[in-house]
Amino acid sequence: MNDNRDLSFQWNRRKINDVILYALIYICASLSVVILVGIIAYVFIRGVGSVNIGFLTSVTSVLKGTVGIAGNIVNTVLIIFLTMILATPIGVGAAIYLNEYAKPGKLVSLIEFATETLSGIPSIIFGLFGMMFFGQTLGMGYSLITGSLTLILMVLPLITRNTQEALKTVPDGYRQGAVGLGAGKWHTIRTILLPCSMPGIITGVILAIGRIVGESAALLFTAGSAKALPKTLTGIFSKIFESGGTMTVQLYLSATSEGDFDTAFAIAVVLLILVFLINIGTKKLTKKYDVTREK
Amino acid sequence: MMETAKIKVKKLNLYYGDNHALKDIDIKIRPKAVTAFIGPSGCGKSTFLKTLNRMNDLVENVKIEGEVLLDEKDIYAPGVDTTILRKKVGMVFQQPNPFPMSIYDNIAYGPRIHGIKDKRKLDEIVEESLRGAAIFDEVKDRLKKNALGLSGGQQQRICIARALAVCPEVLLMDEPTSALDPISTSKIEDLMEDLKKKYTVVIVTHNMQQAVRVADDTAFFLLGELIEFRETKLLFSYPQDKRTEDYITGRFG
Repeated sequence: MNDNRDLSFQWNRRKINDVILYALIYICASLSVVILVGIIAYVFIRGVGSVNIGFLTSVTSVLKGTVGIAGNIVNTVLIIFLTMILATPIGVGAAIYLNEYAKPGKLVSLIEFATETLSGIPSIIFGLFGMMFFGQTLGMGYSLITGSLTLILMVLPLITRNTQEALKTVPDGYRQGAVGLGAGKWHTIRTILLPCSMPGIITGVILAIGRIVGESAALLFTAGSAKALPKTLTGIFSKIFESGGTMTVQLYLSATSEGDFDTAFAIAVVLLILVFLINIGTKKLTKKYDVTREK
Repeated sequence: MMETAKIKVKKLNLYYGDNHALKDIDIKIRPKAVTAFIGPSGCGKSTFLKTLNRMNDLVENVKIEGEVLLDEKDIYAPGVDTTILRKKVGMVFQQPNPFPMSIYDNIAYGPRIHGIKDKRKLDEIVEESLRGAAIFDEVKDRLKKNALGLSGGQQQRICIARALAVCPEVLLMDEPTSALDPISTSKIEDLMEDLKKKYTVVIVTHNMQQAVRVADDTAFFLLGELIEFRETKLLFSYPQDKRTEDYITGRFG
């Protein structure tokens, strides 16, 4: 039977549905972009005027009449440093153990289940636990170290899971090749598996840093909110055992108890720029450490 | 048919859990010759190859009985250092598996494990090994480039060079050409002619023509048993066992 219709375009039900669906998809896609751009623009417009060198290098002081977040920046850097220097080796080590040494079985899946659950727990619960256990029971009070120890519990699953996923994607052929040349297990891990997993490990570390930068709930009642700068270079070390608020914590305080929205938005601008830089840095680093890339 | 044996296997039995995968294997492998293992899929030829440098140690639930003697020393005896064993008995795998690093570092990987750090010595080993695997001229200008950028056939020869770099005495090859194109395959077959001048080569292949082309001796495996083992010419011209005859004439496989 011949098809007698001519070839000119005709609307029908199917074509109309297509158009409607396309329109819906475009609306959804542009909505997410508009929301993002809208928030960023709003924060920048309200906050960028207050961001200047003085704001970044001085400490808010009624006596001197200065407004600044230098103390909070130092606290943030210290907390990131303290947390990551402990969490990274523990997290990577745990992943190596789970993937390369532990025999697959009930215990391993239990640990994996536990880490997954751990990463879904609201951060305020970590904060509550950190305050009671590290702060009270261990007597560390409100201090950067109490905050860091709490954050380690929070970010460990991120690092462990990402490292594990990366280790799982390393082809078995590499392991066999290395063992076939006489390499021991640890040598294989050090020279083949870890370099291959580097992009995954970096992703985990950066996600963890992002989580620390953005965390306020868990830190409010573990690390406290002091904003003074350490007076001397050695003061940086003793600062570890003193109270200190990160930028996010200060943002929360500025916007609530202090009612200083200029500062709050200015901190928001700094944080947004930081997150942006972290994202770019991640892309660059994972590319640089991608061993499969032709160099 | 043979005077001395590089590898002597006596009453070898291997179990994967309850599965009796290799049954009473007795074989003597000649030095400086190519020995081929043939047989249909699942006959145990690859498993047997892996017992010769204890690569089965990596697999769980494997139980091995019997003796594998390398130069009259049992490689399964307690106290055997698998690092030294695998230096003496190198392996090339079915899928080319160069490490994701430079060609140079791939070849230097083995020697470095065994403690060679001197740059000049390593340079020497790298060049010698690449020449030994007939790939030096193709890669000499790009030694610092990532080995994953090479073609499959080149990658496999890099893997052969990597195995040669630790100066093995025996080279085990597990279907080394089954993932390669015909031109790469013939290059590697030609290479085996040279390799057997210095090394004892054992190759698993499911390609009977390949066994005829490269092997001095051929062993036919079926369902975990060694059915027949003779000089290649004799095995293919005058098979003694009915099952060998059926297999090589293509009645099953």
